[in-house]
Amino acid sequence: MTRKQRKILFRIIISAVLLIGAAVIPFEEPFKLIAFLLPYAVISYDIIIKSIRNIFHGEIFDENFLMMIASVGAFFINEYPEAVLVIILYQVGELFQAVAVGKSRKSISELANLCPDTVSVIRNGEEIYLSPEEIFEGETIVIRPGERIPLDGKIIEGRSDIDTSALTGESFPRSYFEGDSVISGSLNLNGLLKVQVSSSYGESTISKIITLIEESSTKKATVENFITKFARYYTPCVVISALALAILPPLLFSADFSDWLTRALIFLVVSCPCALVISVPLSFFGGIGGASKNGILFKSSSYIEILSKSDILVFDKTGTLTEGTFEVSEIYSEKMDKSELLELTALAESYSNHPVALSIVASCENTLDKARVSSVNEIAGMGISAVIDGKNLLVGNSKFMEEHSVKTPAVELTAVHVAREREYLGYILLSDKVKEDAFASISAAKKFGIKKTVMLTGDSKEIAEKVGAELGIDEIRASLLPADKVYEFEKISESKVKKSYVAFVGDGINDAPVMTAADVSIAMKKSGSDIALEAADVVIINDRVSSVLKAIKISKKTMRIVHQNIIFALSSKGIVLILGALGFANMWIAIFADVGILILAVLNAMRTLKKEK
Amino acid sequence: MIVKKSYKLENLDCANCAAKMEERIKKIEGVVSASVSFIMQKLVIEAEEKELEKIVKQAAKICRKVDSDCRVIL
Repeated sequence: MTRKQRKILFRIIISAVLLIGAAVIPFEEPFKLIAFLLPYAVISYDIIIKSIRNIFHGEIFDENFLMMIASVGAFFINEYPEAVLVIILYQVGELFQAVAVGKSRKSISELANLCPDTVSVIRNGEEIYLSPEEIFEGETIVIRPGERIPLDGKIIEGRSDIDTSALTGESFPRSYFEGDSVISGSLNLNGLLKVQVSSSYGESTISKIITLIEESSTKKATVENFITKFARYYTPCVVISALALAILPPLLFSADFSDWLTRALIFLVVSCPCALVISVPLSFFGGIGGASKNGILFKSSSYIEILSKSDILVFDKTGTLTEGTFEVSEIYSEKMDKSELLELTALAESYSNHPVALSIVASCENTLDKARVSSVNEIAGMGISAVIDGKNLLVGNSKFMEEHSVKTPAVELTAVHVAREREYLGYILLSDKVKEDAFASISAAKKFGIKKTVMLTGDSKEIAEKVGAELGIDEIRASLLPADKVYEFEKISESKVKKSYVAFVGDGINDAPVMTAADVSIAMKKSGSDIALEAADVVIINDRVSSVLKAIKISKKTMRIVHQNIIFALSSKGIVLILGALGFANMWIAIFADVGILILAVLNAMRTLKKEK
Repeated sequence: MIVKKSYKLENLDCANCAAKMEERIKKIEGVVSASVSFIMQKLVIEAEEKELEKIVKQAAKICRKVDSDCRVIL
């Protein structure tokens, strides 16, 4: 609790004690009134000051003002204890709300603490301390056991167990060795590490995540907008009805004034839409916070809403459902040595960041002399045309070769063919592994309201169908060029039923256009390109397919809580309003409907913060 | 050039006030978009760079009007 909150708590206690005293000791009038005014002054002086100040600002429907009127009115009709209690409970509700909000705010800003303030860096052979922003790419930093890793990089010396749970939700630490890449924000548990920094602070994983979270929740969900709109009309309507209740019946039918004033006061007590206005955004905020504990970043609350209503899940294949790291499984050439063919291909692919290219370059053991390459032209979905040692080299799929009228042998369609000056040299076969948790996640998707799963891929039909069958995907669209992907995606989108949405999960640069077209797009962080991460609405840090499912689960849970709160708060207030108008409710019921519901709604909203199992 | 800037809010105590502030700040001339986050205690304004300073001053006034304790930290 902050100092301000402690002060209010103190006032609540003092006022409650004084109230009990006033109620127990049988005072005679006018001492009775004074005895009750004492706790009233203690608890409500700030509300009175604030409401008077706000009236001068032209804020008539200010909740402080309404509370004041309600309590003064209660004094007027000789309901002294109720008058004091209205304000005490109002303060309790406010305090409770402040503590709850503070707690969830803290749990989100904990992420911001994942980056240490100082970094120990080796410059000119000396170890000095600097802030992470001052470190350059390529420098060597030292990370001691128990310290957080400040910047992304590669271990050049040492080994240690590293806990990435704060970022990925992965609960078990893993051992990292020399040559392994480490991500900023994770915790070095037990070894001294020397790390070569691979990106500046602004580009590091942790600073990107912090920016993502800080900029989230600016785009509001439609439910949130509905609540704001509702709140705008609710208070004036209730207050005007209260006024009418107090004045009209006594005036027109000469009914008992104090009876109808009580009914009007009940209206005033429940006139604040507080429970709704706070619990709905708090639920979304909690959902975003809870998801981030699982390594899932929602860029705004509106995507929680959309994802929860998505019933078609479209996946990209490479890097999303499969590991995306290919291994060279076979090299075939009649014209030259295998390692020579691999080297030539690697040279041509060395400027590309396509997963296939990266794996070919990685599996080439010879050092690549990039000076041999004089021009490179990459045609997405086809291949690369390069000039190496002054000779034209074509590297790509069979379609690409066909286009350049080079004949290829009938092998697997994923083969990378190589031709020099239109003479066929040979091919390289690569294989990709399906992600470990992909099958279980796809088959569980139906349980979470997903009616159809679709896979889009640039790969051949053969490969796509094999992977699709292995994973149990409903529909497969293969051999798609990047532009086809958007077209196919739009076709799928057209088939959706009203008020349902289509989600897309991808990772590559070529997925960015589809991500923009999708109702909600999810990107894999580790294998993902920066463009994809920027275009995506939801980012999955640990790259697992099961996290996509978890994201859906969290979104559904959050929406369930949001709806519970709306229905609960609206119906209870509605009932109290009706009962109050008919004269069946008393002040106590109204106070409970206001503060009690607020507390219950906030508690319910806080459930979203919990980490998903 | 249209820029987006965020400002910290101090003593923003009620969620309903945040909604009211947002509603009114959106209506200031020159504001492209505005949001007041009660939970993050933050005001985000998107507007023409040259006019931003003027707009933020108006926004601060609105915040103070809706909730007399609330301050925009510039």
